Amino acid sequence: MREMLQVLDIQQLTMDFGGLRAIDGVDLEVRQGEIVALIGPNGAGKTTFFNCVTGVYEPTGGRMTVRPPGKNVAVRLNRLKPNIITEHGLARTFQNIRLFQNMTVLENVMVARHCRTRSGILGAIFKNAGNRREEQEIVDFSYGLLEKVGLQMHVNDLARELPYGAQRRLEIARALATEPFLLLLDEPAAGMNPRETSELDALITRIRDDEGVSILLIEHDMKLVMSISQRIYVMDYGRLIAQGTPKEIAENPNVIKAYLGETFDA
Amino acid sequence: MKAQSLPFIRRAASEIFQSLLVSCWFMFLTFPIMVIKVNPLERTIDWQWMRLVWIGLAVFPLSFVWRWLMKRKEHGGGQDGEDSWQKRLGEKIRADRKIYTALLAILAVFVAAFPFMFSSYQTQIMISALMYVMLGLGLNIVVGLAGLLDLGYVAFYAVGAYSYALLNHHFGLGFWPALPLGAGLAAVCGILLGFPVLRLRGDYLAIVTLGFGEIIRLVLENWNAFSFGPSGIAGISRPWFFGADLSLGQHTVFLYFIVLILVGFTILVVNRLRNSRIGRAWIALREDEVACQAMGIDKTRTKLTAFALGATWAGFVGCVFAAKTTFINPASFTFMESAIILSIVVLGGMGSIIGVIVGAMVLILLPEYLRAFSEYRMLVFGASMVLIMVFRPQGIIVGVRQHYRFGRKESTEEQGERDAASA
Amino acid sequence: MDYFLELFFGGLTRGSIYALIALGYTMVYGIIELINFAHGEIYMIGAFTALIAASALSLLGLNGPALLILAGLIAVIYSAAYGYTIEKVAYKPLRKAQRLSPLISAIGMSIFLQNYVLLAQTSDFLSFPTLVDEFAFMEPVSHIMRSSELLIVATTLVSTVLLTLFIKFSRMGKAMRATAQDKTMAMLLGININRVISVTFIIGSGLAAIGGVLISNHIGQINFYIGFIAGIKAFTAAVLGGIGSVPGAVLGGLILGWTESFATGYVSSDYEDVFAFGLLVFILIFRPAGILGRSTKDKV
Ligand SMILES: Nc1ncnc2c1ncn2[C@@H]1O[C@H](COP(=O)(O)OP(=O)(O)OP(=O)(O)O)[C@@H](O)[C@H]1O
Ligand SMILES: [Mg+2]
Repeated sequence: MREMLQVLDIQQLTMDFGGLRAIDGVDLEVRQGEIVALIGPNGAGKTTFFNCVTGVYEPTGGRMTVRPPGKNVAVRLNRLKPNIITEHGLARTFQNIRLFQNMTVLENVMVARHCRTRSGILGAIFKNAGNRREEQEIVDFSYGLLEKVGLQMHVNDLARELPYGAQRRLEIARALATEPFLLLLDEPAAGMNPRETSELDALITRIRDDEGVSILLIEHDMKLVMSISQRIYVMDYGRLIAQGTPKEIAENPNVIKAYLGETFDA
Repeated sequence: MKAQSLPFIRRAASEIFQSLLVSCWFMFLTFPIMVIKVNPLERTIDWQWMRLVWIGLAVFPLSFVWRWLMKRKEHGGGQDGEDSWQKRLGEKIRADRKIYTALLAILAVFVAAFPFMFSSYQTQIMISALMYVMLGLGLNIVVGLAGLLDLGYVAFYAVGAYSYALLNHHFGLGFWPALPLGAGLAAVCGILLGFPVLRLRGDYLAIVTLGFGEIIRLVLENWNAFSFGPSGIAGISRPWFFGADLSLGQHTVFLYFIVLILVGFTILVVNRLRNSRIGRAWIALREDEVACQAMGIDKTRTKLTAFALGATWAGFVGCVFAAKTTFINPASFTFMESAIILSIVVLGGMGSIIGVIVGAMVLILLPEYLRAFSEYRMLVFGASMVLIMVFRPQGIIVGVRQHYRFGRKESTEEQGERDAASA
Repeated sequence: MDYFLELFFGGLTRGSIYALIALGYTMVYGIIELINFAHGEIYMIGAFTALIAASALSLLGLNGPALLILAGLIAVIYSAAYGYTIEKVAYKPLRKAQRLSPLISAIGMSIFLQNYVLLAQTSDFLSFPTLVDEFAFMEPVSHIMRSSELLIVATTLVSTVLLTLFIKFSRMGKAMRATAQDKTMAMLLGININRVISVTFIIGSGLAAIGGVLISNHIGQINFYIGFIAGIKAFTAAVLGGIGSVPGAVLGGLILGWTESFATGYVSSDYEDVFAFGLLVFILIFRPAGILGRSTKDKV
């Protein structure tokens, strides 16, 4: 079998908050077209890992590299600003939903087209043909994404008026609008009922298959994780304690021990 | 019957008791400052006991109202009702193109005829009000859309005014070339200040801009060689009108139309901006900085454009101000001026164009026409800022976001334009 | 040398007043992350109440230090009451609101209070009676430091020490520290947050009033506008030292006082306030966490 191309390569990532070491020498990679899960008990450092990769925090140590598929380059992520990282093709959602509450659903997605469009202040004021066309493209592209995640009937509602599950899907649509090659999902199923979760399962697979986006997701719902991901990384107290296929992970004694010490809702 | 009325009486009694308590507390609180009036010259004391009685009588019913409003706010009931009332009216106007055009036409005729229907004095007042509309809309970009609390907005206003005054004084430059120059200089100042400070978090930014505003005023006051100090600059030329020799009254009318056109231009620009790529980025930044950056938006640059654009508008109005009064000095550019502009934005409704217009009209025209009231103007400003924040943080008029129609994909653009104009 | 010492003690005096007001800013910010813009007005109201009380009490034949202490006590009580009420009216209903809402409310409150005093009293300067004669033992150094200045420095020192002890050792002080660290956690531990916030406002306002009384006694005149500038400068001091830190507020106040004193003494007195604001802008840009403050990352 041909070796799949690596898109994300993290080596020896470390993050300290004052005296607390939230991430301790973690290595992780994602290959093109893969769905990879990052799991671990509460406070293991998973969200912090995302925050380091997306430039929200500056890690204390380690190397973070992405290789955008199709382009023969490797980009060091360390010290890049979050918006630059997004421009390079990484997009994310947030564990504690961070939508633009007082904007409409469509506008939330349109905002994310920012880094793929050009119009400036003068363009906005004088509205020449080019700017009108670009604006129309933004609208159409965004609407298309909303159809994909099943929110087309809510386009003009304010984001804060959406039910919880729909908000999570809107976050995914918004992240996709930046045209990423790698999507980082932070607990996308949190707060969803079983039906919504199984729809989400299908949605994530569809995103990977249709758009060719690789996915790294944090999730506590073991059923979802086991069914959807090709590989799983397990973190505990900032360290990587296991990695492998779902089957290997389910049988790994270290993982079972880490979870048994916790109250864990699967 | 009795069993029902008893708890009611008990509740009423407890409410009355609460109000009585609050009333007494405020009488105690205001006692020294309200009642014992020290005469500054003779150092004698007037005892003004009646004031205490008034306070007591006023606070008693107000305390009921306060608690009632508080309860309504907690249940969230009343607010939605009002919003939907506004929404319905807005939708009706928007849906019926005839009503919309008719309203617009009436407004246009009234506005155009205003200087011919009313005295020169009234026109002067209207010019001020319109200038505040522009200032409000400019600050609205910074505070309402981008969510950056700028407490030194008046500094850019001063830059515009002094640019024109000084260029006119030293080089005889006219109003028209000075207008873009003054605005440009204000924009440059905005960028120069914004570059280092826009990294700061919201409340620190507020204080730094306040400090910057005060620095500009103090420099203007003390650097006599440059700004002619507190005595200011007099004899600034009025706008040139094809070389015609206008009387004072005609100048006023002319200025009125200049300001009117500038206001129209401002509304057009702000309206287009807030439903554009840049405008959406500003609002997103206001809503959530972290998410905004994660969506690929350059935080500093976006803030800087908002800040500079707001400053540009203050610069415009500054030039107009210098041309209107033909005399400026630093006393016109105090922090209170920034506070007035801010309260226009806050009161009217942050992010809403009509809200800002209504806010400016209410705050500037009311005190002008109610002379007796003008002494209490700042008192009412302050109190209404607090009350608005407590009970209706979205302001008098809630900004409506643009709506899009799909299904038949064409014509969304036009639809959006029309919607946004009436928001 | 005498000129230098005069400036030094002048700066120390100013700095002490800034410190007294800055303590209120820092404590409130530490607990609810609000720049209490109306805090300067509390200081002004303290000064006015003291002046009014002194005028009224002197009708009863009281005078001298006894009058100062009594008037000061009344001022402290009233300012504390104002601080308490302002928090209940203008800030408490906004606990869950957007971040800028309480700040705008605070600005409104500040404008309101200024005009309230202006309308109820006067826009002119009121002269504050001389209540304390020069101390005899200060005679030899009276050309570099006046008795009223000594009073300011000494009172500030005592107040800060008492405040530090209170925060370190009392039950309430511990509750305050816990609340500043983590509000949710403090609540889970059974701390009454509303009480803690009220007490913070009361203490901060009382300290500001002490500052107001002492400065009026020193300068000899007040008007309704003194709170605005003093408030901004005290805020500068709080930020300079590191907002949220009690020793930081004192350190910041002193540094600001000396900066102003020496800059006006040796450079130019026209730009007194420009130095203060310039320092504020400079600090916020280059070290927003202040001298003793620690920078933290917002959790995402
Ligand atoms: N900004 C911060 N400052 C200080 N400590 C932090 C910060 N962010 C996270 N931490 C700490 O780092 C550790 C890891 O937190 P993180 O949010 O990454 O956990 P997690 O694995 O995402 O947990 P969960 O499953 O609950 O989301 C925790 O102990 C947390 O308190
Ligand atoms: Mg997490």
